[in-house]
Amino acid sequence: MSRYSAWAVFKNGFSGQKNWDRQWRDPEPKKEYDVVIVGAGLHGLATAYYLAKNHGIKNIAVLEKGWLGGGNAGRNTTIVRSNYMMPGNRYFYEHSLKLWEELSHELNYNVMFSQRHHVSLFHSPAARDAAARRYNTMRLTDTDGELWDLDTLKKEIPHLNYNNARFPIIGAAVQRRAGSARHDAVAWGYARGADRQGVDIIQNCEVTGVTREDGKVTALETSRGRIGAKKVGFAVAGNTSRLWQMAGLGNLPIESHKLQAFVSEPLKPLLDHVVVYGVGGAHFYISQSDKGGMVFGGDLDWYKSYAQRGNLPVVQDVAECATAIMPCLGRVRLLRHWSGVMDMSMDGSAFICKTPIDNLYLNGGWNYGGFKASPGSGWYFADLIANDRPDPVIEHFDLGRFKRGVIIDERGAGPDPKLHG
Amino acid sequence: MIRINCPFCGERDHTEFSYGGDASIVYPELDASMEEWHDAIFMRENIRGMQSETWHHANGCRMWLVVERDTMTHEIQSVRPAHKGNAAVLSTTDTGGEQ
Ligand SMILES: Cc1cc2nc3c(=O)[nH]c(=O)nc-3n(C[C@H](O)[C@H](O)[C@H](O)COP(=O)(O)OP(=O)(O)OC[C@H]3O[C@@H](n4cnc5c(N)ncnc54)[C@H](O)[C@@H]3O)c2cc1C
Ligand SMILES: [Zn+2]
Repeated sequence: MSRYSAWAVFKNGFSGQKNWDRQWRDPEPKKEYDVVIVGAGLHGLATAYYLAKNHGIKNIAVLEKGWLGGGNAGRNTTIVRSNYMMPGNRYFYEHSLKLWEELSHELNYNVMFSQRHHVSLFHSPAARDAAARRYNTMRLTDTDGELWDLDTLKKEIPHLNYNNARFPIIGAAVQRRAGSARHDAVAWGYARGADRQGVDIIQNCEVTGVTREDGKVTALETSRGRIGAKKVGFAVAGNTSRLWQMAGLGNLPIESHKLQAFVSEPLKPLLDHVVVYGVGGAHFYISQSDKGGMVFGGDLDWYKSYAQRGNLPVVQDVAECATAIMPCLGRVRLLRHWSGVMDMSMDGSAFICKTPIDNLYLNGGWNYGGFKASPGSGWYFADLIANDRPDPVIEHFDLGRFKRGVIIDERGAGPDPKLHG
Repeated sequence: MIRINCPFCGERDHTEFSYGGDASIVYPELDASMEEWHDAIFMRENIRGMQSETWHHANGCRMWLVVERDTMTHEIQSVRPAHKGNAAVLSTTDTGGEQ
């Protein structure tokens, strides 16, 4: 399979750009694999990529019930940042951000990672103090972070509502290295990179059962027949509980909730940064895509759901937030909105861990935050599967943390999944 | 919009209510084992399909309700007061449910 380059574009120009190779094969499932990953979202694909790349395991399949990247991978608002404070999260997200910084080169695929700054507005001295504490804590371990006063903010982003906002803006906490990326390209880049190393990505292949013998998983029942596996990893985002129950493992500290995202008609360049607004119950984040659409989102739909379909009250909430913070958007038309089903965990943090079954591994509980996490998640999940022990960076992402009383509750919201994010 | 038929107020938009969560969770005795409390606080079945869940009519009568709702289609099968005693005092016709 050929490398992508300016030269390749030029050369293919002679044949009307019609002779490019397929980006990945469409293989028939083999009888057995050394590692089977369930779910071809970002986490599953990245895991397969790093298993092959970092650990030399090549006999791998990724099973996907729909098409690759059709789940949350292709539904998120693409914000990438590492402004986490809790010890269990901080090193992990910073490592992930470092991987993002090299990802287009690593994958030979333009993931359009744009470090356009993540600008989190604050509206009271107390919120500024909390942000100062968070960003100073990050800086202790070399994550960048700074505070902008009102003058700086006005200069950088002139068209926020500085005049008569219900909650006056007084400044912002900023991570310059944060930004956004093209979500589809990340899924496709990892898929192509994994496929090139021999990984079989098997689409339209729903896992419907987990066969266990002598305490181990031996095979997965799928809509394309039984597929044997020496090791199995789950990376199915909002469907983790279902797979967990197929394996006969009972309950999890997870509820499935849906989150919506929105895109407007394309506009001329308007917003250079990712802007986040959260005060008095409002929660809103917005950026502008390279095609010009304003991409934004807010809270989840407030009740548990597996429907990949959003409700209308949240459309109204989000529209109110948009016009509250950027009144200039008032007459912009909404083009599309959609929703994805996510694992909301009991403390808002993730799981990359071993399970009660020896050769079964879990990756899930990503809440709203799994897009930014995907390179790091694939990296450490591959390491866990290959070496059968967690790296110290992900030691806290296990299921036992609730029993130990060391939950990683970044928001301090308590054991109510819908309140995390 | 989901419409919830409150036994006290009639059919209302779900935005009048706040979502409680899985109604099958019963808290153990105060001196129960750590294991039992852990499971009640943190562990969920997370059903895809018909689930029994609590809703609070926060912007209405302020009563807690038990609603059977499909978590895939959002279809509602039944709604009843969560506290039989309160319902009896308010003398609604439907006084089913747990105390
Ligand atoms: C609207 C929205 C906005 C978001 N915004 C952000 C953001 O700005 N920044 C951020 O960091 N994160 C964001 N997230 C979160 C992020 O998208 C997810 O955490 C992340 O994509 C989840 O990992 P994934 O890509 O592997 O999931 P998915 O892409 O959902 O992959 C899981 C795959 O498993 C498959 N699967 C499920 N069951 C089975 C089965 N039985 N057999 C076979 N396959 C199965 C699914 O079809 C799916 O393709 C957002 C999420 C949503 C919904
Ligand atoms: Zn009522």
